[in-house]
Amino acid sequence: MQTCLSKGGGFHFPPCHVLNVCGFRILFDCPLDLSALTIFSPVPTGYRAVVDEKDSDCQPYSTLDSDCVTWKRQKIGKPLDANDLICAVPWYKIVKYLHLWNVSFIDVVLISSPMGMLGLPFLTRIKGFSAKIYATEVTARLGQLMMEDLVSMHMEFRQFYGPEGSTFPRWMEEEELDLRPSALREVVLGKDGAELGGWMPLYSAADVKHCLQKVQTLRYAEEVCYNGKLVIKAFSSGLEIGTCNWSINGPKRDIAFISSSIFVPAHAMSFDYHALQGKDIVLYSDLSSLDTMEGIEDGYSFLTTDSFSTLSWEESAQSLLNTSEHLEEREKLYYLCSCAADSLKASGSVLIPINRLGTFIQLLEQISASLESSSLKVPIYVISSVAEELLAYTNVIPEWLCKERQEKLFSGEPLFAHVELIKDNKLHVFPTVHSPKLLINWQEPCIVFCPHWCLRLGPVVHLLHRWSGDPNSLLVLESGHDAQLALLPFQPMEMKVLQCSFLSGIKLPKILPLLNVLQPKITLLPEDLRQKVRFTNVNPFSVFHYSENKTLIIPSLKDSSELEIATDLAFQFQWRNLKHENMNITRLKGELHVAHGKHWLHSGNKPSKSNSSKSRPLLHWGTPDLETLLSILSKMGINASVEQGVGVEGSKKACIVHVHDPKKALIEIGDTGTVISAVDENLASLIFEAMDSILDGI
Amino acid sequence: MAIECLVLGAGQQVGKSCVVVSMNGKRIMFDCGMDMAYHDHRRHPDFSRISEYGDFDKALTCIVITHFHLDHIGALPYFTEVCGYRGPIYMTALAPSMLEDYRKVMVERRGEEEQFTSEHIVECMKKVIAVDVKQTVQVDKDLMIRAYYAGHVLGAAMFYTKVGDSAIVYTGDYNMTPDRHLGAAQIDRLQLDLLITESTYATTIRDSKYGREAEFLKAVHKCVLGGGKVLIPTFALGRAQELCILLEDYWERMNLKIPIYFSSGLTMQANMYYKMLISWTSQKVKETYSTRNAFDFKHVLNFDRSMISAPGPCVLFATPGWISGGFSLEVFKQWAPSEMNLITLPGYCAAGTIGHKLMSGKPSKIDLDKDTQLDVRCQIHQLSFSPHTDAKGIMDLVKFLSPKHVILVHGEKPKMATLKGRIYSELGIRCDDPANNETVCIPSTHHVEVGASNTFIRSSLNPNFNFSKMSSEDESDSRLKDGKFMPWLQVKDERAAEGILVEEKGKRAKIVHLDEFLLMLGEKKHDIRFAYCFPINTDNLEDTKSTDVSSSSNALSVSGRSSWLPMLYIKLSDELSGGNIQYFGEQIQVESFSVSLCLKDRCPYRIVDSPPNKCEAVFFCCAWSIADEKLAWKIISILENRNYGTL
Repeated sequence: MQTCLSKGGGFHFPPCHVLNVCGFRILFDCPLDLSALTIFSPVPTGYRAVVDEKDSDCQPYSTLDSDCVTWKRQKIGKPLDANDLICAVPWYKIVKYLHLWNVSFIDVVLISSPMGMLGLPFLTRIKGFSAKIYATEVTARLGQLMMEDLVSMHMEFRQFYGPEGSTFPRWMEEEELDLRPSALREVVLGKDGAELGGWMPLYSAADVKHCLQKVQTLRYAEEVCYNGKLVIKAFSSGLEIGTCNWSINGPKRDIAFISSSIFVPAHAMSFDYHALQGKDIVLYSDLSSLDTMEGIEDGYSFLTTDSFSTLSWEESAQSLLNTSEHLEEREKLYYLCSCAADSLKASGSVLIPINRLGTFIQLLEQISASLESSSLKVPIYVISSVAEELLAYTNVIPEWLCKERQEKLFSGEPLFAHVELIKDNKLHVFPTVHSPKLLINWQEPCIVFCPHWCLRLGPVVHLLHRWSGDPNSLLVLESGHDAQLALLPFQPMEMKVLQCSFLSGIKLPKILPLLNVLQPKITLLPEDLRQKVRFTNVNPFSVFHYSENKTLIIPSLKDSSELEIATDLAFQFQWRNLKHENMNITRLKGELHVAHGKHWLHSGNKPSKSNSSKSRPLLHWGTPDLETLLSILSKMGINASVEQGVGVEGSKKACIVHVHDPKKALIEIGDTGTVISAVDENLASLIFEAMDSILDGI
Repeated sequence: MAIECLVLGAGQQVGKSCVVVSMNGKRIMFDCGMDMAYHDHRRHPDFSRISEYGDFDKALTCIVITHFHLDHIGALPYFTEVCGYRGPIYMTALAPSMLEDYRKVMVERRGEEEQFTSEHIVECMKKVIAVDVKQTVQVDKDLMIRAYYAGHVLGAAMFYTKVGDSAIVYTGDYNMTPDRHLGAAQIDRLQLDLLITESTYATTIRDSKYGREAEFLKAVHKCVLGGGKVLIPTFALGRAQELCILLEDYWERMNLKIPIYFSSGLTMQANMYYKMLISWTSQKVKETYSTRNAFDFKHVLNFDRSMISAPGPCVLFATPGWISGGFSLEVFKQWAPSEMNLITLPGYCAAGTIGHKLMSGKPSKIDLDKDTQLDVRCQIHQLSFSPHTDAKGIMDLVKFLSPKHVILVHGEKPKMATLKGRIYSELGIRCDDPANNETVCIPSTHHVEVGASNTFIRSSLNPNFNFSKMSSEDESDSRLKDGKFMPWLQVKDERAAEGILVEEKGKRAKIVHLDEFLLMLGEKKHDIRFAYCFPINTDNLEDTKSTDVSSSSNALSVSGRSSWLPMLYIKLSDELSGGNIQYFGEQIQVESFSVSLCLKDRCPYRIVDSPPNKCEAVFFCCAWSIADEKLAWKIISILENRNYGTL
């Protein structure tokens, strides 16, 4: 059974699923929808804050007098302005339907990326949550840094608004929400109003620590066994350093979970799809192609398997690895660098609030190189509470990087250029905008990398307030989010804004070749891809489409489990050949163990009694033939006579065979059974043998 | 089928490690080392034993290298480039970088003809597939390998190898106690047919390393205080970093300002590897990487050739480790004549090197070559902390893994024999210590793979509780078993998987539950039971009544037919030990055997001739199924009072 809890949205908000495997409930990823933060007003800073207060008609929660209400009512239809944003300590939105589940019933949580981990402390702090959490070492570490950063950035709000009350915040009350513009209301409530329950006050640093203690970290291709039944392995997905796809092997099915993946990434280890080959089920959860669809839809013709059905396996595999997308990404970075250089030349500053680690590190390298070549002497600042540790960390994890970076290791170079940049005083790393060192060091124009991309948290807010009026400065944003809403509090914006999209998953044309290579028996695809990826009837696997909050029953492929029998036990088998059918059967008895995703049958500690002597069949079937019985009995030296049709205790059609010689005995043969009654043990057992020989038994 | 284990090197010796294991049709070479004690063909393993005609690609499935020490990897370039092996080679990421370091040493050794070139090494390393700790690598459909952390040196691994149902572990060199920069070896509890372990310290129990570390630091400190120079010849990776961490720590503590130098770029480069391969180091080093990387040596500076004869104390790390040439020899020539200076020597130096000469006694003169002689007046300190496990560590590992068989390699013959005896006598595990070029065959595990129905699996996993009461006789001594109080009623979960294995032509064998089986066949069950109706002489029963139950039989003395059954129950309980006897009022049940009062005048199962005096006989009717045949007749004989003697 599979349920998609959320399709997510973009790189920072991966999808979330619950999958039922062999009776275990597995949750894939637990992200936060941080784009929802844009409904909050950023912390006012310095000069602007004063101005705001003066002519503010948004003393938001002081009174709800009728004037104010009517005024606000009028605004509902109008375009949003900065005053519509909620001025309060922000709450955070977890996956839509997750709060409807009883988390104590979740057995396993698999985290594919640091982004998929941000909501995890909400789960782990719930009493009764006892699931085993797995993530790669790097994902856990990066996730921890991101969460710690989030907590520390959030502090600014708490300091500004004072400690939160324990009660429900005002802005969530129904009357309040009714007054908000519809666009905002939709972010809060969701389309069907079901998302209100997903809002949570942020976790604490202690929650994060507690959460990390519960995470079991893995390396790529390391095997872990959950409860003896599920063998779980993480394989590189290529999206970021340490991100992964999952392979789950159970006694009855093998499953591959594919999160957003990149075939040939420029920094992380590449997408290891070979390891996911030949699974029974592929749960395809890379929805990145949906996010980029709108803009370029015309460019794509609909894909069908026709063109690929003729492709051989090798050709499919090859088509996956073409490097065009790699080059495309490079060009984007070049363009970005040239835009940055233009701004700097006009003595404007460049603000890059991009939190994607890979993009950030590559941009650092590119920009510093392009500054070097254009002999611009401009400082680069990285401002974030975790930047120093993050940069140090990326340099000690060579085994998680792509081949090219690893080769740097062997030639003795640092893995990333930022090591040298820091050494040469070209790159400066500060924890906050108020750091005394920053104030001493500060030079404009400059290039600043800082969180957070939602433009509501962290150093970016301060710098935007500072530069938003400067037409020469440049703000680099990741596309895919509502930039209008994001920039609302900083209007009027004189600053140039460059929106850039980065590769964040498998592109549409590669889905079919990938599935062709993986050769699953069943593929689970998102409903939204139904129209985009069409399969002809000849495809060798069946396809199911899933959609949000609908449970999909996946048909079982095998009616039996695999079982391994120990050799010593197998040698004890006493085979019997069945009379009517081409069939050999044997009884078996042993101890069943479940280990490592398999069932094992061992002979157990005690040798069973039946092993020593010839075991006698305990179960019989068929209809005994009287004639044969009598002749067999007479061969044994037993004389018997038949008394037909006398029912004992009213049972019909029973017949009785009387034995007088050598001793007295009676055989009562009925429709469903036979009763043997003899004066002594020997005779009884002889008669039993005779019966046994005319019936099938085991 | 058997696992064949051909020892090509390190059999009853410490030197070129090389073991070829054949299991279930796969053939894996573990390590491919070089013996530094020899200069001729004997320094390489005898590869001709793998394939007579040199067709190694067919003969071997893959090569697995545990770590980069020359006695484990040294012959690899020769094997791939000269012998022409082209198959896959697996090792951890760090191993390749070291070969070049060693090659220089080999070339610089006098009279040494070059067996392989730099290009050979580069080519060889291109064939290498890097393996990460705990990564499970599927070499082909049947062969799986997995590396475990060995702690011997940076990047050292033990390898778990599985083909079909057979599995072995080859340890390479390992260390069971964590040290300053490396952790202790770590492995899962695995089901193994064979463990091939090193046994360098087969009989030694090592004391703490800290004492010897302190000795080293004291010697160095004394030397530099006296204005002397300390030369530490090392190879680029491993020992150099370990010693440097020691010195850094000490310098910090003692607030020393005397410079520590690293001679060549290579050593600095090696430090770089260390910094980046934090995941291979000990937990302590790992935790501090972002605040202060333990390999970021603050006191360490680069050394310049011109500084050799500069005045003042200093500490210098120089390669190569055995003073066999290169920079360490150059410095040695300058510093050895002064009594103020100190030279430290590694635990092992190849024969023929200056290091080796210095180790054997304390010579005052050393022949550098035919014409030059060097006065050696400096102090010499031999380092003796070793990254090999000791005997206790080996025993711990063997006990932990509990393999079916152990093979010892990489040790000295008499000590190995002692350890072999211990493993057999203390752990009961068969153990061998083959010499070079010997083959050991051990049986391998196999399983038969079948399908199993859900009902069978479910029923087998259901608990099957068995209640048994302690009988009163053994109460006194056995209720206090193992210091634990045994309760009256004992509950055991005796779950057993019982089913029927069905093999149909053209189909996979499958296990089904008994209940499913007939459904599968479409047949009806035909139940065969036994019945027996017999009289019991009431006189006999009266006896029992008067003797056994007299005290508590007030109720029973109200004579009547209803009292016979309880009496039988008491009798059975007394005389049938161990059976689970239940009394249901109308009948007594033991397993499938049941007995009840027969009130019929003519019971069809009353085969036995009735006793003459009918009025005094009471008839009992029994029924049972074949499973309890023996039990049933035993009970009947008890009840009929015929066979007291045999019970």
